[in-house]
Amino acid sequence: MTVQTDHEAVQSAKALDVARIRKDFPILARKIHGHPLVYLDNAATTQKPLSVVEAEKSFYLNLNSNIHRGVHTLSEEATAAYEAAREAVRGFIGAAATREIIFVKGTTDGINLVANAYGMKNIGRGDEILITGLEHHSNIVPWQLLCERTGAVLKVAPIQDDGSVRTDDLGDLMTDRTKILALAHISNALGTVNPVRSMIQMAHKRNIPVLIDGAQAVAHRSVDVQDLDADFYVFSAHKMYGPTGVGVLYGKEQLLEDMPPYQGGGDMIKSVTFEKTSYNDLPYKFEAGTPNIAGVIGLGAAISYLRSVNASSLEAHETELLEIATAALQQLDGVRIIGTAREKAGVLSFVTKNIHPHDVGTILDREGVAVRTGHHCAQPVMDRFRIPASVRASFGMYNTKEEVDRLVGGLQKVFEVFG
Amino acid sequence: MSDLRALYQEVILDHNKNPRNFRAMEDADRTLDGYNPLCGDHYMIYVKIDGDMIADVSFTGSGCAISKASASVMTTLIKNKTRENAAKLFETFHDLVMGKNAALNNAAELGRLAVFAGVSEFPARVKCASLAWHTLKAALEEQVNPVTTE
Repeated sequence: MTVQTDHEAVQSAKALDVARIRKDFPILARKIHGHPLVYLDNAATTQKPLSVVEAEKSFYLNLNSNIHRGVHTLSEEATAAYEAAREAVRGFIGAAATREIIFVKGTTDGINLVANAYGMKNIGRGDEILITGLEHHSNIVPWQLLCERTGAVLKVAPIQDDGSVRTDDLGDLMTDRTKILALAHISNALGTVNPVRSMIQMAHKRNIPVLIDGAQAVAHRSVDVQDLDADFYVFSAHKMYGPTGVGVLYGKEQLLEDMPPYQGGGDMIKSVTFEKTSYNDLPYKFEAGTPNIAGVIGLGAAISYLRSVNASSLEAHETELLEIATAALQQLDGVRIIGTAREKAGVLSFVTKNIHPHDVGTILDREGVAVRTGHHCAQPVMDRFRIPASVRASFGMYNTKEEVDRLVGGLQKVFEVFG
Repeated sequence: MSDLRALYQEVILDHNKNPRNFRAMEDADRTLDGYNPLCGDHYMIYVKIDGDMIADVSFTGSGCAISKASASVMTTLIKNKTRENAAKLFETFHDLVMGKNAALNNAAELGRLAVFAGVSEFPARVKCASLAWHTLKAALEEQVNPVTTE
């Protein structure tokens, strides 16, 4: 038997049929200021394939009703469709049971749920919450709020010059008071892929539970929560070709069982009297109120779409785009790439000498190229690299080498305008 | 390219590269922070007042070409003007970048402000162009809280 490394497996993966994929995304046919759209803002949100749009539409046209309530046919069908999406999520991330899949509004909502329900019960004065310097504001601020309320302390593992975080640095910051480690699987601002598996192992040696912010990971890497041994794993549908306003919190069953509810309301209870209310079982205990039913069904369709694409082909394709774009930008005078870690996903952050990212973004837009400019909701990352903002090109499965050329051509136009 | 050139006119590029009155003012009567939290543009505006006159004005900080050039041009226009004149200029500038016809019809009055006419075609950049002006207005009204565009 020959042993194949991950890298070789990626290299040998069948090439992605990008032309066919592009046909599934109607918005890619749009022209922007007279140019075919080049959409390179996938880390902010991905475009949606027709099947996702149709799934939401079909729910409203054919199934619309509330779930888990009515005895009528529509309600039963809507409930079945909603729960089928939960099973699809379970399979997609390799969770043991659907009880561990909680539908939330998105990554931010999921992290707030854990910070509140887990945090208020298990974290107190003088305890420590460990994060990294790479985090999105959504994995900083909920913990700061928790610290303010409990008197806990936030500890932050530093970023290296290449945009990576050293596992040893994280380990050095773990103490007997560390009550949770929360970190990004992939950095939204720099694209750094954290070695979360070994980081989780290190935390578990000290009995520290770990929350992974998987917002930037699930559409770009295969994720198996049991293989990672993540305690909580959170992500948003809209960054994985699904709709906005819906996301997933995965949690290990025992942890979720031991947590009090986050929000109270309908659907999360077994019985209510004014004297005593008993809470529903998992996962419903954490799904108070009528959820985003159409969104959840759309997420199910997004997962079907992602599963129709070979995962290693997809990763190889995005890695190739990143490598080509990185090499091309390195050739341009006055461009500095921020984030050069060895393990990177398809996110390319950069600054241009004497030209502000905002001006770059405007000129690229006039060339039909959509990129993100700003601090990417990661101001501490910007501060770490002493830049006010950056330009960020981020790739998805439908991007092409020709589109990387359009980005480079757009940057040449920027230099032309600014002389 | 033509609308890009209309936005990034030579005058704007020049003021971006060589901003006028780009210095801190130690004896300023008013200083005020202005920032755009979305893109990180951040300026400090300094004003020296003599009776009803704006005796001196300067700025420091960093941001995109549009915001910096706008701050620079603004300082050259309102120095030695009365507060009333400055307030009028603010209105004219505001109308101009918002694409209101009144301003465009008075091309003669616009003078050096005219180079910002192209901004109205770029709605996302109106905030950049207006940041320094809003900060100046707030400083003259003796507001003390930093001005933000959001």
